[in-house]
Amino acid sequence: MSLRLKGGRLIDPASGRDEVADLLIRDGRIVPDSAPQATDRVIDVSGLVVCPGLIDLRARPREPGAEHKATLESETAAALAGGITMFCCPPDTDPPVDTPATAQWMTDRARALGGARVVPIGALTKGLGGTALADMAALKRVGCCGMSNGALPVRDSRVLRHALEYAAGLGITVFLQPQDPWLADGGVAHEGEVATRLGLAGIPVTAETVTLARDLLLIEQTGVRAHIMGLSAAQSLMLLKDAQARGVAVTADTAAHQLHLTDENIGFFDTNCHVRPPLRSARDRAALREAVRDGSLSVICSDHQPHEADAKQAAFSDSEPGISGLETLLALSLRLVHEGVLPLSHALHRLTAGPAAVLGLTGHGLAAGHVADICVLDPAAEWVPSAQTLKSQGLNTPFLGQTLRGRAILTVVGGEVRYTQRKLSGNAGA
Amino acid sequence: MIGDIQIDAEGRRRHFLTTEGMPAETILGILDTAESFISVGEREIKKVPLLRGKTVVNLFFESSTRTRTTFEIAGKRLSADVININTSVSATQKGESLLDTVRNLEAMHIDLFVVRHPLSGAADLIARSVPEHVHVVNAGDGRHAHPTQGLLDMFTIRRYKGDFRQLKVAIVGDILHSRVARSQIHALTALGTREVRVIGPRPLLPTAVERLGVQAFTDFDEGLRGVDVIIMLRLQRERMCSALIPSAREYFDLYGLTPRRLRQAAPEAIVMHPGPMNRGIEIDSAVADGPQSVILPQVTNGIAVRMAILARLAGATQPEPKTP
Repeated sequence: MSLRLKGGRLIDPASGRDEVADLLIRDGRIVPDSAPQATDRVIDVSGLVVCPGLIDLRARPREPGAEHKATLESETAAALAGGITMFCCPPDTDPPVDTPATAQWMTDRARALGGARVVPIGALTKGLGGTALADMAALKRVGCCGMSNGALPVRDSRVLRHALEYAAGLGITVFLQPQDPWLADGGVAHEGEVATRLGLAGIPVTAETVTLARDLLLIEQTGVRAHIMGLSAAQSLMLLKDAQARGVAVTADTAAHQLHLTDENIGFFDTNCHVRPPLRSARDRAALREAVRDGSLSVICSDHQPHEADAKQAAFSDSEPGISGLETLLALSLRLVHEGVLPLSHALHRLTAGPAAVLGLTGHGLAAGHVADICVLDPAAEWVPSAQTLKSQGLNTPFLGQTLRGRAILTVVGGEVRYTQRKLSGNAGA
Repeated sequence: MIGDIQIDAEGRRRHFLTTEGMPAETILGILDTAESFISVGEREIKKVPLLRGKTVVNLFFESSTRTRTTFEIAGKRLSADVININTSVSATQKGESLLDTVRNLEAMHIDLFVVRHPLSGAADLIARSVPEHVHVVNAGDGRHAHPTQGLLDMFTIRRYKGDFRQLKVAIVGDILHSRVARSQIHALTALGTREVRVIGPRPLLPTAVERLGVQAFTDFDEGLRGVDVIIMLRLQRERMCSALIPSAREYFDLYGLTPRRLRQAAPEAIVMHPGPMNRGIEIDSAVADGPQSVILPQVTNGIAVRMAILARLAGATQPEPKTP
């Protein structure tokens, strides 16, 4: 089985390649386009960008445990529509991914569905309870790309230290989401003018920074390879950059919505803007954008959290936090390009080579020999997220009804075309 | 954007959810109407027919005596049929959602809901879900707003002190958790009050409260200096001994209004309290019952102001003044 993507602009952020050329795929892998050779199928992608498939480091398909919100079936399809060929799934499912059986079930189920690839992140502690270490080696063996306590922080610093030590010894990457449970307790919005005005309990910036400082020091002490998830505040970036400058092996991401929204977007109790960590100030947003530009945040993720309508039809603090983001990740990242924050190849880097490096994937990119996970996108295509256009079961996004620019047109996983947004000309053989 | 849903397409007020963004003319218009209703309460037959045939539901998801009772009296003096529903006997205890409760009541053709709920934004949520002809009055949502209390306090201040542009007003106590304080602040700033101060221990002052147009003080004596109006807030029992303040005794020591402290204020200053009071914790009885206290007139005025608001929504048809 062979496929030629003809005449697209190839952007490979890992190698810096950026040229108009054909991309040739044979038996699931990218092959050199040297001597003239026949292919089973040719698709004309001229005028479009061809890049490695997007990797989303954090998306919650809600299965197992909350299938009324979304399922692996619906969300792996949504991922493909977003140009995402692989996403990582935090372990805070029900049951949590703290046994090899659950992890195995999830990967098997996703593989059978034939959507995007799903890679579970295993639990750092048993039951995510924060007291006893999970069987990390066993979880790694069945394909977990790292360990995490998900959105539940490990409160006990001693337990966290040992968990990091143990993971370091096994060469396991640890994913940490910094949030002090006491400082954040009861909070639903950034502690600032908006929360004060609306009478919403605030989550101070220190809820993030206090725990982040601890985590970074323990990462440094234990030498574990670590990734910080979902930073939201300018002060956090100072701590992160300081650690990175000292040579600590730590990467970090932010969610795409954090790069565009602030607490002002809550307006008059818009529950679609109820998210954790909370939307913060314009100053924080500017710092996050700068960190994405300079690469200290090497990853933009969706932090996809689909919900059923009822979860958001409630008083703000009673509504469930989270934004459905798989299908807007690309457009929101490209918006940074449209707004002149960073060039296209750098934006795509934060969606491809950046996360691939966190996962230690060496075979992700457009070089010959690599697995053919490809996204063909139109950076200028305008579209409107709506119940009609979104494939995710969760319609809980503040971008619903807004015109976005940039869209995946064709998504290829393992050499197989699994999603086409619109019909492209081509033929069955050449 | 804020307050949009409170006004209908013809510019009439549909809901009364917050004082934030409310133009001075609207506030003053309601206060003027309330003045005309004061006499209704003093007559032998305390009724006017403005809401005859209308059904008002007091839907209280949180306990209240003063607010619920004055709303009930206000509705009845306007000749409305008033029904009280309290959470302790409501369906939400059986797992029904807030919106389902409201929808069931709507199906009974209710004209106006007076809602109190422990969560900020609950009244707004209900207002967004009701059909066009149904009105919602916020009788307190979480820490967010208690606009009828805010306006009755403006009414009381105006009665005793006149022009807001000459006044210094201090709001004292647990500002962080107070919907009353927020509604007062928005109303006072809209009316061009010369100075609005908030006074309290730092953990009970909300972050960035200055952005609401007030000055913040932690020193009670300093904050009280020269003020014309002192509004004391209730300190909730669960806060008295917590991570926020050490004890009721220390709180009274630092923020309790005593006759000695009252002398820091302007000589003719009035003392207000939205109730219910904790005597000996935020206020000394000698002040609460003293000549400068207008705490009981506040309650009386509450009826007239609430009548004016109910009449404005369900009875009158005059358009709102345009927001400048």
